[in-house]
Amino acid sequence: MIDGIGLQEILIVSTIMFFLGIYGFFTRKNLITILMSIELILNSVNINFVAFNKYLYPNLMQGHFFSLFVIAIAAAEAAVAIAIIIDLFRNIKTIDVEKVSSMKN
Amino acid sequence: MEQYVFYILAAIILVFSFLTVTSRMILRAAVYLLFVLIATSGIYFMLNYNFLAAVQLTVYAGGIAVLIVFSVLLTSQLNEKMEQVSLTKALAGGLIAFAGALLTILTIVQYNFRPNGLPELEPSPREIGHAMLNYGDNGYVLPFEVISVLLLAAMVGAIIIAKRPAKLLNEDRTIIDTSYPSDKNAYTSRTKAEIDSLLK
Amino acid sequence: MTMDFQYTILIPILLFFSFVYNILWGRTRSPKIAGLISTTTILIAAVLSYYTAYQYFFNVGLVNGSYEKIIAFKMVWLHFSDTLVVDMGILLDPISIMMLVVVTTISSMVHIYSFGYMHGDDGFARFYAFLSLFSFSMLGLVVSSNIFQMYIFWELVGVSSFLLIGYYYQKPSAVAAAKKAFIVTRFADLGFLVGILLISYVTGSLDFAVLTDPNGPVMLQGASLGFMGLSVMTWALILIFIGGAGKSAMFPFHIWLPDAMEGPTPVSALIHAATMVVAGVYLVARLFPLFHIAAPNAQYVVLAVGGFTSLFAAVIAITQIDIKRVLAFSTLSQLGYMMAALGASGYGAEEGIGYTASMWHLFTHAMFKALLFLGAGSIIHAVHSNNMTDMGGLRKYMPITHITFLIGTLAIAGIPPFAGFFSKDEILVALHQSSHFWYWVEVITAGLTAFYMFRLYFNVFWGENRHYHHKPHESSLSMTFPLMFLAFMAIVSGGFFMFDFGAFISSNLVPYDIHIHWDIAGLSIFVALIGISLAAMLYLKPSGISTKMATALGPVYKATYNKFYFDEIYLFVTHKIIFNLIARPSAWFDRHVVDGFMNMLAWITNFVSGSIKGLQSGQLQHYAMSFVSGAVALALFFLYFMTR
Repeated sequence: MIDGIGLQEILIVSTIMFFLGIYGFFTRKNLITILMSIELILNSVNINFVAFNKYLYPNLMQGHFFSLFVIAIAAAEAAVAIAIIIDLFRNIKTIDVEKVSSMKN
Repeated sequence: MEQYVFYILAAIILVFSFLTVTSRMILRAAVYLLFVLIATSGIYFMLNYNFLAAVQLTVYAGGIAVLIVFSVLLTSQLNEKMEQVSLTKALAGGLIAFAGALLTILTIVQYNFRPNGLPELEPSPREIGHAMLNYGDNGYVLPFEVISVLLLAAMVGAIIIAKRPAKLLNEDRTIIDTSYPSDKNAYTSRTKAEIDSLLK
Repeated sequence: MTMDFQYTILIPILLFFSFVYNILWGRTRSPKIAGLISTTTILIAAVLSYYTAYQYFFNVGLVNGSYEKIIAFKMVWLHFSDTLVVDMGILLDPISIMMLVVVTTISSMVHIYSFGYMHGDDGFARFYAFLSLFSFSMLGLVVSSNIFQMYIFWELVGVSSFLLIGYYYQKPSAVAAAKKAFIVTRFADLGFLVGILLISYVTGSLDFAVLTDPNGPVMLQGASLGFMGLSVMTWALILIFIGGAGKSAMFPFHIWLPDAMEGPTPVSALIHAATMVVAGVYLVARLFPLFHIAAPNAQYVVLAVGGFTSLFAAVIAITQIDIKRVLAFSTLSQLGYMMAALGASGYGAEEGIGYTASMWHLFTHAMFKALLFLGAGSIIHAVHSNNMTDMGGLRKYMPITHITFLIGTLAIAGIPPFAGFFSKDEILVALHQSSHFWYWVEVITAGLTAFYMFRLYFNVFWGENRHYHHKPHESSLSMTFPLMFLAFMAIVSGGFFMFDFGAFISSNLVPYDIHIHWDIAGLSIFVALIGISLAAMLYLKPSGISTKMATALGPVYKATYNKFYFDEIYLFVTHKIIFNLIARPSAWFDRHVVDGFMNMLAWITNFVSGSIKGLQSGQLQHYAMSFVSGAVALALFFLYFMTR
């Protein structure tokens, strides 16, 4: 626990971070920046897990471990996503999400 | 004191999150993301989850952020600014995000959270290690193993995808270029003369 | 000694496999292979049938002085209720075994004959595939153990007949004939189906063994319920007879048979002379105890329709020029004989002579009529024309065809010792016992039969020598062999070794002896001889008498030549009345109301999808926005509007 700081303050920070990530996901065109937005979203979720763990169930460790696993998955996801992005760039010379449509028709 | 440190970290997180999603220079956006991640690990430190904070620093800030920077370097013209987001898109996205945030914050503020009041557990790396490989109560060996397999799969997948594809030769000695051509006409198979010249 | 007849399932199944093979792979292989496969399977089926007949009639069938009905194979197909079950089965009794023999024999001969007749035809494999299909369905029909199974195969037979009539599908007349045959028989089959439903409703059973048990409860059921003065059972049987009349081309459904001659001649011999058209007779014979005991009125209908058709068709046959049509009308006439015999028959050994005679005539007629058709095919093959007026003096060119055709003609005319004489004599005996009016009708018909058949014979083989484009020649062995075989059968199936036909087939399954009644036989021979000599007088040497007679009779001749305008009447009824009053309004309704409704639905769908298809942009971010806004909206809804 942080002295003088309640659970709600932390949650508000993570919420704003989450929706900033969402906003980035909506508006960005570059696939890498979209990936960054996703990282923001994941990060805010991690903060939530940890905060709930610490403030509501301090005697347990679930939230803590969940965050660890989320970080691991985020790493895997980032690796695969970047591999795809690089391959895409190599093949069609763009990573603009609106132009990636060769599977559409 | 801790209070002010938290506010500073929160301010860093919020400001740089905003800059991450709005900056038109892609490399800067990546660096801002790095700041956000580091500030998050600061919050973990403040919550006394030192191991998690360390992991956050090494894996997120050290690994993923660097990976992103590298991919940026590989794929983008660094000096170019990304094009301006169209106003309607920004408005629509902003509105939805704002509405969602507002709704969530309102709910958070109104909800009465009740801690269970039990004594705090401050996990040392030793305990975390034991819990991670424990298959009894509060043991996480199963997700641990699953994650390890997932990481392996992701690693193999990433290598396979990002590897430069070999030029394949099929039965009638037509070269199939497995990389996607930028225009559709390039899908047509090549003549034997072309193949021979390619094979030389 | 009991015996297992389970192998009889092979008889139809083999043919079905042959059909499947030929229809799927026949085209890609050499046509010879297709023909050989079909012919081999039908020959195996024939051998199995002969073996079955031998075992049944001489070793196994006779138990305590009467033939038993053997269910050789049975499996439940449809289970409606505990009592009303439709099986797929094989019923062996004297008539079904006789039909097995007839069908496989004629079919084998036709298969062999077609090797020569269809030689070089493009659709050789298709032809043999359809022949196999037909043989399969016909054999399935004759061994049916219940009336519903029979109906299924009945329709299958109709389909294969349709396919074979329309075999030369490039010819518009063949297509029209195929459609006509199919529609007319389908129309009659409606009666059959309704009859089946009525019977199953009244008796609760579809099984032949139950339905035809003369002491069973079925005979009394349905007698109490009445409709328009006749019992329900009578109505049911009349409806079933309508189905049989359609298939057997009885008046007034006779119109399809002459047109069916558009099919290849071997098909006419097999389907439209020897086997399929007797299915109606077989159906009535199958249900004979029911007709005789439970519904005498229906049996009288059978007699009247059969008797009238035989005379009616014989009169028309006199004037026809197309030799296949003459034979078609004679087939009608002979089928009328069989029906009339069934209609006149009693139940029992001696009283049931009509039943025996009908089946016997079915047997002999199959032989000599197939012979006549195949002979006609041989002639047509040589002359390349169907018309009598293009033929004459052919006896010098085609000796084998000539002799065998003569044997067939004598057989149908009822001259001893050929087959037709014996069976026709028994029919006349049966009619004499039952009804003098119909007896005289059939005696006259016998005379007419002899006359028109010899008119055909003299015109084709005697008469003046026509000028042929190229010299007619005798057909190949594959065509003459079946002729000789059938000629042999046409001689022996009557008197010599099968004179005791009553030993095999009788209405109550008890064998008995039958004798020639020389008083009646003498009269019929006399009448036949009159017919023959009249024909010889008119047609043996070219003479103008026949044309003079035709002009003298004027309108009568013309009406007869045009088959009493029945086709025109049907056309008038269908085209003018049904088409205008029913078909056109329903077509309008279909086009504008039914289709209109469907079109409206399609238009609405098209419109709505056209207007909302922009939502499916394929853009990831649009989808994400919709998803998140939906989630937010749902959260809003549940948090603030669903709170009790």
